[in-house]
Amino acid sequence: MTIRYSKDHEYIRVDGDVGVVGISDHAQSQLGDVVFVELPDVGRKLTAGGEAAVVESVKAASEVYAPVGGEVVAVNEALTDAPGTVNEDALGAGWFMKIKIADKAELDKLMDQAAYDAYLKTLG
Amino acid sequence: MADAHPSEPLRHTPLHALHVALGARMVPFAGYDMPVQYPAGIIAEHLHTRAAAGLFDVSHMGQAFLDGPDAARRLETLAPGDIAGLQPGRTRYTQFLNAQGGILDDLMVTQLAPDRLFIVCNASMKEQDFALMRAGLPDLRLDVLDDRALLALQGPQAAAVLEPVLPSVGKLVFMSFSPFAWRGATLFVTRSGYTGEDGYEISVPAALATDFAQTLLANPVCKPAGLGARDSLRLEAGLCLYGHDIDTTTDPVEAAIGWSISKRRRAEGGFPGAARVQKHFAEGAARKRVGLAFEGRAPAREGAEIAAPDGRIVGRVTSGGFAPSLNRPIAMGYVETAFAAPGTELAALVRGKPLAARVAPMPFVPNRYFKG
Repeated sequence: MTIRYSKDHEYIRVDGDVGVVGISDHAQSQLGDVVFVELPDVGRKLTAGGEAAVVESVKAASEVYAPVGGEVVAVNEALTDAPGTVNEDALGAGWFMKIKIADKAELDKLMDQAAYDAYLKTLG
Repeated sequence: MADAHPSEPLRHTPLHALHVALGARMVPFAGYDMPVQYPAGIIAEHLHTRAAAGLFDVSHMGQAFLDGPDAARRLETLAPGDIAGLQPGRTRYTQFLNAQGGILDDLMVTQLAPDRLFIVCNASMKEQDFALMRAGLPDLRLDVLDDRALLALQGPQAAAVLEPVLPSVGKLVFMSFSPFAWRGATLFVTRSGYTGEDGYEISVPAALATDFAQTLLANPVCKPAGLGARDSLRLEAGLCLYGHDIDTTTDPVEAAIGWSISKRRRAEGGFPGAARVQKHFAEGAARKRVGLAFEGRAPAREGAEIAAPDGRIVGRVTSGGFAPSLNRPIAMGYVETAFAAPGTELAALVRGKPLAARVAPMPFVPNRYFKG
């Protein structure tokens, strides 16, 4: 399994044709306490960079974009009752959705872990 | 709240270095670099304040003395509160109004003597407020206390935290003031706040502010809390935030803060915009600020439209978010008066979807002021 990150701080962990999408640990830390997550309907077709979900902290609502295009095949219903899971385990139990990746070539436009870590350093 | 001068460098309060040392996340607010939260996070800081005691830096707010003959009655020409009727050492909430009755700012006024007032006003509006008093009351003397920090100690354990530091401070009652000596300086203490809890606002000379804050924080019951928790606490308490829930387009009756205008002042008028305010008291206003409690978990934010069951837009959210003490979203906003009764079914439109809500009495969380 490989993990890739977008500049908007979404991650996608790829396993075959399916990717698990969420927000990075940096993103959850910047948002602070997550109090609500609005997830897409299963079956929805997403395009890379298009709006996929909304995450709300105490302070504000933020959009979550699809790192790659594809069809939503599952969403993390557990976040409905326990949105704070995003803070506790962003890369694990705090996942948002699973996408059946339409074009795996789009993954090449994303950052690997080392590139993302370097990118975070540029943000100060 | 938008910064008045976003291009200017951010100002620091006397506690800035302490915030950074405590690991705060600093954000621009009203021209100052302020702590929005500490490592504990907004929800933890909020809940700790409701359960024990939270310490907030509100040094960005304006503090001033207004001195001169009949200062209390003279201030009544700018604000509708009953200032002349205040007993010495008592504090009152009021607003500066414009000629149309619109709210220019809200503020706390303490009468130290009939010719001496202590004023605390909003950070974002303080320069305007000071200019308003200088222009409107040119024969009075306005001393702006730029060399003082202001700390808010809030929560059910506030008195227990402060009493060992300032003996007898526990005897002060809600909305009253007393000076206290500490390390050779004079602190100005009011039993008041912006959270709905018991608590104090303490004006401290800038040079002593960090020592004073650290003295309070040395008590494990007292923990730092940032502007994020301050906002969620005041929202639960049903208290207005200037520039959001009240501004020059709203008057005190519409804003449901008419309780801050006494019977005498309603009858006598004599404040800016009195004609409109008196008309609204007599006939009712077309719209009113109300609380909204939501059925679901999605919060409605400032700016969200409020719809009646038939879909017609009847208002707008002015503050909204997650209420940590209630573990659900709440909001306040203005609705047409016909929809303002508690229990009325409404919906806030968020991302094109209606979120079911009911008009809820405020405060959302019961006040726990110390009235003696």
